[in-house]
Amino acid sequence: MSAEKFMGYRRENGRVGVRNHVIILPVDDISNAACVGVGNNIKGTLSLPHSYGRLQFGEDLDLHFRTMIGTGANPNVAAAVVIGIEPGWTQRIVDGIAATGKPVAGFSIEQHGDLETIAAASRKAKEFVHWATELQREECDISELWISTKCGESDTTTGLGSCPTVGNMYDKLIPKGVYGVFGETSEITGGEHLCKERGATPEIGEKFMAVWQAYMDEVIEPFKVDDLSESQPTKGNIEGGLTTIEEKAFGNLEKIGRTSKYIDVLKPAEAPSKGPGLYYMDTSSAAAECVTLMAAAGYAVHTFPTGQGNVVGNPILPVIKISANPRTVRTMSEHVDLDVTGILTREMTLDSAGDALIDMILSTANGRLTAAEALGHQEFVMTKLYRSA
Amino acid sequence: MSKPHFLVHSPNDNVGVVVVEGLSAGTEMLGVITENDTTLTLKAEQDIPIGHKVAISDLKTGDTAIKYGQDIGKMVGDATKGKHVHVHNLKTKRW
Repeated sequence: MSAEKFMGYRRENGRVGVRNHVIILPVDDISNAACVGVGNNIKGTLSLPHSYGRLQFGEDLDLHFRTMIGTGANPNVAAAVVIGIEPGWTQRIVDGIAATGKPVAGFSIEQHGDLETIAAASRKAKEFVHWATELQREECDISELWISTKCGESDTTTGLGSCPTVGNMYDKLIPKGVYGVFGETSEITGGEHLCKERGATPEIGEKFMAVWQAYMDEVIEPFKVDDLSESQPTKGNIEGGLTTIEEKAFGNLEKIGRTSKYIDVLKPAEAPSKGPGLYYMDTSSAAAECVTLMAAAGYAVHTFPTGQGNVVGNPILPVIKISANPRTVRTMSEHVDLDVTGILTREMTLDSAGDALIDMILSTANGRLTAAEALGHQEFVMTKLYRSA
Repeated sequence: MSKPHFLVHSPNDNVGVVVVEGLSAGTEMLGVITENDTTLTLKAEQDIPIGHKVAISDLKTGDTAIKYGQDIGKMVGDATKGKHVHVHNLKTKRW
């Protein structure tokens, strides 16, 4: 490890961000156009169109608010403009983000129309951009980082190389006080007994098992029409040599390393509240959904092992791609931040790969754009639990 | 050590993973068990793409395939030593 410090943005609530976005956040799908309009008007802003936010209810609505508020609250966001069709839910999201102490303003479209709303929101967004662009990075300790992980388009090389690289990083950084998180409930299938054992206490292990069993009972069993071949594992997984969900699960779990135990099981997009350490989050295994949930929980840097070459990114959370597959590194080099193919040729140890990842995390935290950022990947994808009312 | 053609996670495994591109039938392969850094040799009986599994012991229909020292599914076809193991002869025990 070459350094343990990085230059980050310290936010009003003490959290440290590695990006300094001014976001334009729609409460609902029909406010996307106004948000994109503001984003077009004011340079240095980032509009985040998405597909939901109308007629949701119950737990699904709670998740929507948690995702929206969490996205605005993420320390990679300096300030937020929120636009919704009506003022009630808009204000609820504004208030949630405002609890962090950062600048946030809400606008609603009814009684005003898109154009007047865009004009007013653009003026506020411009103020926020001037304010945010004067903020300076300051020296922060590596222990202040929140580092999430999720792998994608996995193959057998992820289980051999890129996932254990993330595991090695967590083995080194969790004891220093970082927050970690992994998830992908469906994809633990076959390895759930191993995941259960990694709970910090038997109760926490059982909490994971309850989440996993609920996924089986409420999602897989009612809706499956076959053995999920082509969905889990995916066509890409199979092309890469993964045959069964069990095999995929064991590779996936390599990401949590050898020593860390998860200290709580989080709902989707729930911010961790038990202090530093590794957490499990109940998420889909679909890349964009999972990374969006982890960003909404407050994670600031994401580590993403890939075998066949998942190209996912996120608008506010830098996604670092790690690959051990020589064909992917050759044919899709523009997507790969860290090449760990040397693990497969036995020219690189896991220890040195883990150190290289920590260096890449620090570079990214210091401001290096990841491959996904440079290529414009801004997948912001809500998780929806069931049909709207 | 020369570069391995395949890697095996655990000494208990009965399949390994090809880690070189363009592996062709007849190749005398060098394998490494990563858990204990021991080597083994095996002749490839088929062309096997990078990332795909190779049987390192004779597997019969109904046998359990072991990788990471763990159960990864059941054989639904035979695969003798050096043969390709994938969706044509290995299935999940779940779902």
